[in-house]
Amino acid sequence: MGIGIVTATYIAASVLFILALGGLSNQEKAKRAVWYGIVGMALAVVATMFGPGVGGWSIILLIPLLGVGAFIGMVVAQRVEMTEMPQLVAALHSFVGLAAVFIGLNSDILGTHGLVGAEIAIHEVEVFLGVFIGAITFTGSIIAYGKLAGKIDGKALVLPFRHLLNIAAIIFSLILLLMYMNHSGSWTLYLMMIIAFALGAHLVAAIGGADMPVVVSMLNSYSGWAAAATGFLLGNDLLIVTGALVGSSGAILSYIMCKAMNRSFISVILGGFGGSKGPAMEIDGEMIATDVNTVVAQLNDAKSIVIIPGYGMAVAQAQQSVSELTRRLRDKGKNVRFAIHPVAGRLPGHMNVLLAEAKVPYDIVLEMDEINDDFPETDIAIVIGSNDIVNPAAQEDPNSPIAGMPVLECWKAKSVIVSKRGQGTGYSGIENPLFFKENTRMLYGDAKASLDQILQSLS
Amino acid sequence: MKIGAPVESAADEARVALTPDSARQLAKLGHSCIIQKGAGKAAGFSDDTYKEAGVEIAATAAALFKAADVIIKVQRPNDAELKRLSADKTLISFFWPGQNEKALKAVASTGASAIAMDMVPRISRAQKMDALSSMANIAGYRSVMEAGNNFGRFFTGQVTAAGKVPPAKVLIVGAGVAGLAAIGAATSLGAMVYAFDVRPEVAEQIESMGAEFVFLDFEQEQSDGAETGGYAAPSSPEFREKQLAKFRELAPEMDIVITTALIPGRDAPKLWLEDMVSLQKPGSVVVDLAAERGGNCDLTVMDKKIVSENGVTIVGYTDFPSQMAAQSSTLYSTNIRHMMTDLTPDKDGKLKHDMKDDVIRGATASHKGKITFPPPPPKIAAIAAKAPVAPEPSAEELLALEALKLKKAGSQQTALLVFGGLLMLLIGAYAPSSFMQHFIVFVLSCFIGFQVIWNVSHSLHTPLMAITNAISGIIILGALLQIGSSGFIITILASISVLIAMINIVGGFMVTRRMLQMFQKS
Repeated sequence: MGIGIVTATYIAASVLFILALGGLSNQEKAKRAVWYGIVGMALAVVATMFGPGVGGWSIILLIPLLGVGAFIGMVVAQRVEMTEMPQLVAALHSFVGLAAVFIGLNSDILGTHGLVGAEIAIHEVEVFLGVFIGAITFTGSIIAYGKLAGKIDGKALVLPFRHLLNIAAIIFSLILLLMYMNHSGSWTLYLMMIIAFALGAHLVAAIGGADMPVVVSMLNSYSGWAAAATGFLLGNDLLIVTGALVGSSGAILSYIMCKAMNRSFISVILGGFGGSKGPAMEIDGEMIATDVNTVVAQLNDAKSIVIIPGYGMAVAQAQQSVSELTRRLRDKGKNVRFAIHPVAGRLPGHMNVLLAEAKVPYDIVLEMDEINDDFPETDIAIVIGSNDIVNPAAQEDPNSPIAGMPVLECWKAKSVIVSKRGQGTGYSGIENPLFFKENTRMLYGDAKASLDQILQSLS
Repeated sequence: MKIGAPVESAADEARVALTPDSARQLAKLGHSCIIQKGAGKAAGFSDDTYKEAGVEIAATAAALFKAADVIIKVQRPNDAELKRLSADKTLISFFWPGQNEKALKAVASTGASAIAMDMVPRISRAQKMDALSSMANIAGYRSVMEAGNNFGRFFTGQVTAAGKVPPAKVLIVGAGVAGLAAIGAATSLGAMVYAFDVRPEVAEQIESMGAEFVFLDFEQEQSDGAETGGYAAPSSPEFREKQLAKFRELAPEMDIVITTALIPGRDAPKLWLEDMVSLQKPGSVVVDLAAERGGNCDLTVMDKKIVSENGVTIVGYTDFPSQMAAQSSTLYSTNIRHMMTDLTPDKDGKLKHDMKDDVIRGATASHKGKITFPPPPPKIAAIAAKAPVAPEPSAEELLALEALKLKKAGSQQTALLVFGGLLMLLIGAYAPSSFMQHFIVFVLSCFIGFQVIWNVSHSLHTPLMAITNAISGIIILGALLQIGSSGFIITILASISVLIAMINIVGGFMVTRRMLQMFQKS
């Protein structure tokens, strides 16, 4: 295949990728959009394999590699539980990062053949940048994976002088870059790689559990920029296009998540939950417990019910029970809807996917802005395993760490039932005044067990 | 303390201030009760049922007044009853001290305390003893029954084999407690109900009861009821004219008109004039609940039912609560019982007439030989006064604001573009042309990415992450290009890259597909 045909294929692939992302604007189109992506990817890989630059014998090496990779990918994709989605995404990001690092290292070994003048400098910067971003993505994703999978403590790691450490690492890398460009040898690149590994790990380790959705989308963005940097390095436009698409997609997702939590992007990236600015508001009242029978009676009387799921539902694997409850209540002619906060769960859109898996129809699953005005007319709001996203302190207490964050105003419903394991605070460790409100009743116990009991009693 | 209820002296008064139930409740406060023989008979409570509840029976009014420390009554006391009071006695009944100066002086001269049930202030805490409201509620309900009695057709509209019956149209003037109760009764009978009130804030209450608010297009600053304790205030002549014009317009259509308009301490305003009655269809009914104070209708005769020249029945009865004596006695005696609860805070059967208490002070007309009417205004307003609302920005202001925002965003964008352009120029000045070619692709792709991703639906963010994850596996191309190069390490590193990138691609796409398949519409 000549260079012309390969380029034409790349153009087709770029267009298909753009269509694939654009198609996600609605559920029905999205199913077709995935095929665009698959076809685009297949075109790109085949064209590159048979295009100029890949020697005949290496195909023999490539085919088993591709086969094994595809097989592992398939197995992983089929086995993964939907609740484990965040971990999987994080793990896959780390692969992109690692690949970018390897390609950068290879380019260094291959040297600057046939380049002159400023091109050499630019090439060297590209190599350095590719490895730097790739390395941060790699270790960052691994730490994120560990946190999401529960293998590493989810709390923010706060080292002394952590901001100074980060800045020092970046400055030192810059010095190494200048040395590398002055032909001090490949060791500068390797040293920088190690620094970048440490930096990536530290950046993500410093970010607490509640900010995880931002971290995951941020890493998504990084993996895109890493691909784009590699594209510059190799002079491959398709890599640049795709990398830029993925990079900007991740950046926008991070922005949306940050806005949903009313935090600036910088403060999330710098990590650590900002300390409170004053004493938290005193909470009056007490938590009032309820039992399954009362809840069932309430559900039977209610006309309009809103369910607010959170990460706790995913942990308890309660989405099937929630779906069954929804189906039964809808059969009784009750108006059951779901309210999803943008940062519910550990991944953007996490709750939507879990509910979809449990066969909850997506047209009753609503966004925060769509449903917040409806709470005053709602008879019962059921909070299952969410905490910060229904915390009235965000609106009422200016000293709260989450002050100003948009929240689901479920306390305006006539009554609120909170399914919760115990009396402790949530992931972020902030006391939630919702639990102390007069119209709130606490249903203690594992979410799935409680729901199953409700299902049994609900005739 | 002994609480006694005499036979009501007013003619045709069937109510009684004490019921067997309320007697049992009063006993819990440490009081004992006594009732005049036959006092509850008209309301359906026999002497035996009182005896069962532990109530003594007094043979005559004189004996009762002598035995009881607290006299509870419904109607205001007559001269004979006033003479029987003495300094150690307390009288609780409707008293109308504003219209009844003579009685007020008489009771003060005896030294007895008089608590007027009609003077209980309209604050939330005192609602349980607000006898005016509980009686008005009954009057409102009964007025609809009375109208139905005199109305020769159905309330509800029907389509029958024998022809179509239009629903009755009912107009309620004055949406106080009685008016609202009448709305409730009339709507539940199936009539089409319209209601009018001078207080614009009750429109919501009217609509909540299922009636249509008759809207008056009038520019005047209408007083809301908050300043006057929830009652209506007299309206200006212009407003009145407008109001009457509206009624004239409605009169020919209305089958039943129930007027309940009263202003405290004044004669009832004339709202349903003679000419309006003449505009009404024959067979229509007007029930005037304000008859006792002169009536809202020109033709009303107090305590009488008359038929106008054009065949409109006008009911001027004033004893609606008395007509439902069993119900109204139960409610009234409960109001009295709550008043007694406030008067005996320690539940020890001892009366504590606390003149510092807003409710008791407000209701007391005479205490220790002194006239204590009118009371000072209560410390708590009946209805929270409306907070002044910031003026809504006008359409032009909004437009200007919008334009300003747009301009700001525009200038921000311009600044950003200029800055970006300068940066590009700077890069272009130094970078070789081959780099610039790639750079243009990069910048354009970022732009496309930004444009496309904003449209992605919120609920599809996880699939978006998975698919971008898959296509970021495009990095495999780099590894593919390097794998054929000479050098062992390069081949190894490139091979690993190919392998993991492939996992990424296939895994990412498969997971995306799996997720999207799960999204189902109901």
